[in-house]
Amino acid sequence: MPKVTIDGTELEVAPGTTILQACQQAGVEIPHFCYHERLQIAGNCRMCLVEVERSPKPVASCAMPVADGNVILTQSEKARKARHGVMEMLLLNHPLDCPICDQGGECDLQDQAMAYGFDRGRFDEGKRAVRDKDFGPLVATSMNRCIHCTRCIRFLNEIAGVEELGATGRGEAMEITTYVERALGSELSANIVDLCPVGALTSKPYAFVARPWELRKTESVDVLDAVGSNIRIDARGDQVLRVLPRLNEDVNEEWLSDKSRFAVDGLVHRRLDRPYIRRGGRLVEVEWSEALDLVADRMKATPPERIAAIAGDLCDAETMFAAKELLQGLGAQSLDCRQDGARLDSACRAGYLFNTTIAGIERADACLLIGTNPRREAALVNARLRKRYLMGGFRVAAIGPELNLTYPAEMLGDGGDALNALVEGNHPCGEILRNAKAPMLILGQGALRRPDGDRVLGAARALAEACGMIRDDWNGFNVLHVAAARVGGLELGFVPGPGGSGTAAILAGCKSGATELLYLLGADECDLGNTGGAFVIYQGHHGDRGAARADVILPGAAYTEKDASWVNTEGRVQPGRRATFPPGEAREDWTILRALSGALGRTLPYDSLPELRARMRAAHPGFAHIDAIVPAAWGPFGAAGPVDPAPFTYPVDDYYRTDPISRASPTMAKCSQLFGGHPDAAPRTGTHG
Amino acid sequence: MLADRDRVFTNLYGERDWRLAGARKRGDWDGTREVILKGRDWIVNEIKESGLRGRGGAGFPTGLKWSFMPKQSDRPTYLIVNADESEPGTCKDRDILRYDPHKLLEGCVLAGAGMGCTAAYIYCRGEFYNEARHLQAALDEAYDAGLVGKNACGSGYDIDIYIHRGAGAYICGEETGLLESLEGKKGQPRLKPPFPAACGLYGCPSTVNNVETIATSPAILKRGAGWFSSIGRPRNTGTKIFCISGHVNQPCNVEDAMSVPLRELIERHAGGVRGGWDNLRGVIPGGSSTPVLPKDICDTVLMDFDSLVAQKSGLGTAAVIVMDKSTDIVRAIARLSAFYKHESCGQCTPCREGLGWVWRVMERMVKGDASVEEIDMLDEVTREIEGHTICALADGAVWPVQGLIRHFRPELERHIREYRAAAPRRAAE
Repeated sequence: MPKVTIDGTELEVAPGTTILQACQQAGVEIPHFCYHERLQIAGNCRMCLVEVERSPKPVASCAMPVADGNVILTQSEKARKARHGVMEMLLLNHPLDCPICDQGGECDLQDQAMAYGFDRGRFDEGKRAVRDKDFGPLVATSMNRCIHCTRCIRFLNEIAGVEELGATGRGEAMEITTYVERALGSELSANIVDLCPVGALTSKPYAFVARPWELRKTESVDVLDAVGSNIRIDARGDQVLRVLPRLNEDVNEEWLSDKSRFAVDGLVHRRLDRPYIRRGGRLVEVEWSEALDLVADRMKATPPERIAAIAGDLCDAETMFAAKELLQGLGAQSLDCRQDGARLDSACRAGYLFNTTIAGIERADACLLIGTNPRREAALVNARLRKRYLMGGFRVAAIGPELNLTYPAEMLGDGGDALNALVEGNHPCGEILRNAKAPMLILGQGALRRPDGDRVLGAARALAEACGMIRDDWNGFNVLHVAAARVGGLELGFVPGPGGSGTAAILAGCKSGATELLYLLGADECDLGNTGGAFVIYQGHHGDRGAARADVILPGAAYTEKDASWVNTEGRVQPGRRATFPPGEAREDWTILRALSGALGRTLPYDSLPELRARMRAAHPGFAHIDAIVPAAWGPFGAAGPVDPAPFTYPVDDYYRTDPISRASPTMAKCSQLFGGHPDAAPRTGTHG
Repeated sequence: MLADRDRVFTNLYGERDWRLAGARKRGDWDGTREVILKGRDWIVNEIKESGLRGRGGAGFPTGLKWSFMPKQSDRPTYLIVNADESEPGTCKDRDILRYDPHKLLEGCVLAGAGMGCTAAYIYCRGEFYNEARHLQAALDEAYDAGLVGKNACGSGYDIDIYIHRGAGAYICGEETGLLESLEGKKGQPRLKPPFPAACGLYGCPSTVNNVETIATSPAILKRGAGWFSSIGRPRNTGTKIFCISGHVNQPCNVEDAMSVPLRELIERHAGGVRGGWDNLRGVIPGGSSTPVLPKDICDTVLMDFDSLVAQKSGLGTAAVIVMDKSTDIVRAIARLSAFYKHESCGQCTPCREGLGWVWRVMERMVKGDASVEEIDMLDEVTREIEGHTICALADGAVWPVQGLIRHFRPELERHIREYRAAAPRRAAE
């Protein structure tokens, strides 16, 4: 272990540590711009220069590994002068437009100029002017401010895996650009806004909206996919203004996908802010009491076997728990949280979880994707797969139609026959999986939502067992969900009870009359086109497909407006927190069910969220483990038999419009129009007309 | 003065045949096999003993550099010849490429054998179109004659040589910028460590040498380290091609011994300074990035690495740029500032931003539209740039300005004074 002396303090550090990291370990702050611990080292901003004894020149600490016996001086005259000099150079051509710059208040350059800069400039010449670039609807540019740290280039090349940004020109004329002007084709593009240490790249939807010190910051969790990215919600007054990623090494590291970041402007559009009742074919505003009384009357009048409920993709665990207690209390058994009809089995946890865990991908050495396009379904899982690919020695194969994943994947076939061949052991790729030390497979909803989904599940299970994916120290069987609510619903058993029906049967029952009352908990992704004469209650926050069909609308809260829990695809329970209040008359969802239970005369036994949670944890102990993985025991699930050879389809057609919030978002609409569904599709150009 | 028998580059003026037949008459490719058979260690040691220092500008001991290459490598190892000669005032490699290409190729084989390289790349400056054609023709001849390729010269050693033409950027002559460019990327110097000997071209062990260095090595290996080190002074041994340009009567390239006095070099080979020695204003001794020397230093200074460093200048590429009293020295240096500002790769902050500043202040200095205090500010700015970047381009860019301020401050002040004196007249106009 090399021993170094930093400003007089002796320290032992791991071999290969850079001087900057050693200084950080010693608690000495080194200013820097281009260095970022998750990106390759560029060493070009020169802000991190320190003096190293016996070295004639100051040394860029971010790039220099420590050597045993190094004596490092960070506060010496030489180091101080070098920093001053570099800071002066950085500010030469940087415009003095902090008052109109969106980065103001959270700008690295501003902060470090205060700490390490001169108090006046000596540069009397004209400043450089650089043409702004159009990077699409998400990232605003002000290229005069660019300090050429190349973090954005490195992020897109390395982590997002799209080689779309680069530097043209040299010297003073160097510019960060896409070469041919085009929108950045990545679902992670807006992370470069966070990475930009100055105001050159800022958020376009958030432009000139607020200053950071005006914002109320709430730590929460994202629900627009099933990754459960950790986020910080920044709100002012009653409006969410932006969402930023929050560090969680096990889930999203420090990245966030574009949809999770920018769909929040959909929270102020098409909101259900008061109860409605359909009268004479039209939805009429009513008071809560009237709406609840009507629902209670209909529920009392309907035989329980004709009552059904479907939970949507954004539904939180507490709401589903309360709904289940209420409806099962009435005797209703037709509950389902799988509105896409995925043939998942709630009996065995290992059969519906991402058992390897997202961070665990880094330990795998071979991966088979079955009917999933992780880039669209869970962009950050895909980023983790790419990270693993870049580490080397990782082979990826996929069953399904053509994919563009940002890393190479061997395409084994379109559909079931390739899977059948693998299970039977006569596919050459099986050898790779069997010989791998830590093989994994990812089963997507595209493969599970088919009528033979239970056999796909069974086949995947058989394959996992045959290829040594299931061991005491390793579980390589993974289901990748697209809905934030799904795992929570399965954990709570929000599935048909004895004699109850699943989503498809419930909807068919509406048509035939077998289902007379349908309670939709924010369910918008199921086919409500022909629900016959059923009485439909929609509890949710957006006027989307479900509300359009509803006979009664009970306005609920969006994920930013309630304290609630979600369980991500790994089975990780994470609490979301309220950043703003629901608009108008809308209420937090569990309280609506509690009120309804009162109107029904079957009051649920909790008056507060802690009481509800205590009861939920008593019934489902897994919910007591916050932000932790409780490994699932392996067991039987799925059905035996060959899989239909028909090609798989991927569940997400339009990455930007997957749920009621993103469908209400003007920003997502722009992206969807520009990219025609997804950035991996060819972007629209001038010749598209 | 260098005796004719000690000359390495016997066709420096292109008076004889540059092709294989002519080269063979001058002794090239003679005894190459025997040298190779003496083995790696002998070759590297002989170069070490000779005291040969890199001819590209930095003057790093060549034998030492070669010894950094790994003895055993499971990856390919490369020799890269830097033929991207772009330093203003320098044109020595160019004449080697067009008149003595076989010397370079033989050097590649021998240096490659000394380092156990699997291949050699010659990165040729893009503007050297005819030179690259000569080189290619010579390479084709060498392949046909079995001198290069599998079993080169019948020695059992295999080496392939490739010629790559650059696209015209000064920075691609920097060791690691060249490697990036050779790999097809934007020519931007790399961070060191890792050094090329550990992780160079395509991540494999590599050594980058100047054309003259490589082309000199066969003579050393054939005639012995003792012969080479007997020329010049200790630590500054051997012969060197000097490129004398500017205000001299006969600008020329000439090979002479190291440590030749500057005045003797100019007067003997270049016909003296235009208008006589006393008409001299200053000399840039080693290519545009070395600080200019005033006449009183030029009177006595020796042309080698150590004596020029002692005068706070450098031998660089040994491109002697002579300026007589008709020269506006401020304008001359400002032109160099413009060059370096244009050629900065743009990676490091001090170089990218600072060189533009230096150039703009220099342009004002040329007009005199500045204040005397700004001379000190300019000097301070150059020291904020110097030594704070990944590569040495920024250092070379500010040294001429520092030399100007050190030796010609009165000139700068005169420009400012005259501009101020003319102010009322300008106002009247």
